[in-house]
Amino acid sequence: MDEVGAIAIEIEPTVATTGNVLPLLHELHHALLRFRDDGSEHCIDVNSLPLSEQDHRQLESVLGRGEVHARLQALGDSEITETRIPGIWRVIHANADGAVVGRFLEVTACPSILKTQQPDIADGIAHLQRLIDELPGEDQ
Amino acid sequence: MKPGLTVGETLRAHGVTRRGFLKYCAAITSLMALPPSSLKAVAAALEAARRPSVIWLSFQECTGCTESLTRSADATIEELIFNAISLDYHHTLQAASGAAAEAAREQAMHENYGNYLLIVDGSIPIADAGYSTIAGISNRDMLLETAAGAAAIVSVGTCAAFGGIPAARPNPTGAVPVSELITDKPIINVPGCPPIPVVITGVLVQYLTFGLPDLDAQGRPLAFYGQSIHDRCYRRPFYDKGLFADSFDDEGAKKGWCLYKLGCRGPTTYNACATAKWNNGTSFPIESGHPCLGCSEPDFWDTGSFYHALSTPTEAIGEAAVYAAGGGLLIGAAVGAVHQRHKRKAIESHRKVSLDDIDEGAAK
Amino acid sequence: MSDTEFLLLVRGPLFTLATVILVGGVLIRIAEILFMGRKKSLAEARGSEASGGFRVMLSRSVPDADTFHRSGFTIISGYVFHIGLFVVIFLFVPHILVFERAIGLSWPGLPSNIIDATTVITLIAMLTLLIHRIVDPVRRMLSGFQDYWVWLVTALPLITGYFAFHRVGVSGAWMLAVHILSVELLMITFPFTSLSHAFTLWMSRWYNGAVSGYRGIR
Repeated sequence: MDEVGAIAIEIEPTVATTGNVLPLLHELHHALLRFRDDGSEHCIDVNSLPLSEQDHRQLESVLGRGEVHARLQALGDSEITETRIPGIWRVIHANADGAVVGRFLEVTACPSILKTQQPDIADGIAHLQRLIDELPGEDQ
Repeated sequence: MKPGLTVGETLRAHGVTRRGFLKYCAAITSLMALPPSSLKAVAAALEAARRPSVIWLSFQECTGCTESLTRSADATIEELIFNAISLDYHHTLQAASGAAAEAAREQAMHENYGNYLLIVDGSIPIADAGYSTIAGISNRDMLLETAAGAAAIVSVGTCAAFGGIPAARPNPTGAVPVSELITDKPIINVPGCPPIPVVITGVLVQYLTFGLPDLDAQGRPLAFYGQSIHDRCYRRPFYDKGLFADSFDDEGAKKGWCLYKLGCRGPTTYNACATAKWNNGTSFPIESGHPCLGCSEPDFWDTGSFYHALSTPTEAIGEAAVYAAGGGLLIGAAVGAVHQRHKRKAIESHRKVSLDDIDEGAAK
Repeated sequence: MSDTEFLLLVRGPLFTLATVILVGGVLIRIAEILFMGRKKSLAEARGSEASGGFRVMLSRSVPDADTFHRSGFTIISGYVFHIGLFVVIFLFVPHILVFERAIGLSWPGLPSNIIDATTVITLIAMLTLLIHRIVDPVRRMLSGFQDYWVWLVTALPLITGYFAFHRVGVSGAWMLAVHILSVELLMITFPFTSLSHAFTLWMSRWYNGAVSGYRGIR
């Protein structure tokens, strides 16, 4: 490993900025206006956009972190964070090995992946019923 | 596994929660380059899709495609999709062997005739049926027989899609791609040597959810093969700036400049390497400092040296030019000499005429 | 034929063929002119043919004020597209690699986006000259098929090269192949049309100058 480490590889920061952050922020702004007016939600697939490292940092520093931070554990970890702009959520999905497989910005009151799904509620009712049934009765 | 189950039911039986499923759908929607708004449609379609019976045939191949799929470091997502299909025959992966294996194939064919998905890796030798056989059946016969009842065929890997390395010059076995033998079935080409695992599964998901995908002129799904490596390459800005690595260990190489001069095939290669990447999203060949070989393109093995720039001639034109120059000089000299002779003759035949001659002529 | 096979054909045998025709053709033309021969001068002359020749090679490249006043547009457009062609052909790195493979010589290139802009400027200059040629009655009358053909084979590599670089909606391999094919068309047209002025121009200018520089009896 020492021999490999001895090779001087310079890591040059790749392209400074693509100029794609500003249009992206405008898109979010318009999406928020629409969400306020008619409640239509919006989602941007950040990974599909050509953004450089610096763009990502710039985007992070503008949007920041808000009050809510949730962690979902299903097929690896997912981080769901409300940004400091209420209504804009950052959703980052990682797989079981920690590699990011999806990166989204959602304009919504609450990202759908956080909400409990109807079929799960049905399963939950049955499960709770079973738990109640299994409890020792009070009158015994 | 019961074939009657839907994909959603099967996944839940494997302990995948609904949120996990949604997350998987989000990742696959992103990968298929679909807008995030179609996530609900993808999830609904995948939830309700019936698990298809899949028959996987391997012909003249190196098992690299199967390895790519099954050895991908991230087992969760790729394995998921394999739970979503009913893989009824794959002679490398199945437990059964010999007559029992072939019986499984025939059973799957009869039970799902007209509906099963046929996946093929490897090219088919047609120069002589004996070059490659399975259970005594030639590759060609097995393909024709199995394809007859298939709903669609997925040619996985460059060999099945375009002939690949077995078909490289001089192609001793007369290897041909699936599309050369089967013309009456929809064929989806998923080339690559090997293809990116997540692209293989992505194509299967696309087929399960929305049916046959949109294909390019080479039969490849546009969602994954719609853009060239070059157009999505993070080194592209260096190409635009004119900054190139001249060798594998010069300053440019260390600084991660464009590999065009070293023979990169990125500009003519259509694949998802630059975005989907390899080894669980770690990197792709160009990111590791090696030019793209163009493995998802037809005839990639016969396109001249991998280390000569794409714009350069493939033949040694220097020598041809020297002979042409010599020949040109000789011909030019000959033509010049003819002109010179012509001129000399004109001078020689030039008769001097005096005023007396003219008068004489006039008097006559 | 697949895009790859097409690209292989134009990068391989067709390029070799075009090179042979270009090199052979140009040398035929030059040798043909030189071997026509001049009569030996029997008188000792004053003055130098060489200095006059080289002087005129340079001086004729600069338009005199009067000519410039009369046809400044043609001169400027002409210079723009000739310089543009030089830049695009000889200073684009993928092109330099072709020369390096062919003759072993290499030189530094320009950033690709500068080449890109130059291509557009060059094409605009060529287009304005073409329009001028068609609109102006005198130029139209003087123009024959060869003039338009020569314009076309010069413009095609620029247009196809531009699309090969930007690749809008077409396969990269196919567009690159079409570009190389258009260059091959230019290469085989070159020696046998007025395009050969790239070589003969300097010879004739030198000769004009040499005649003026010569002080003596012929």
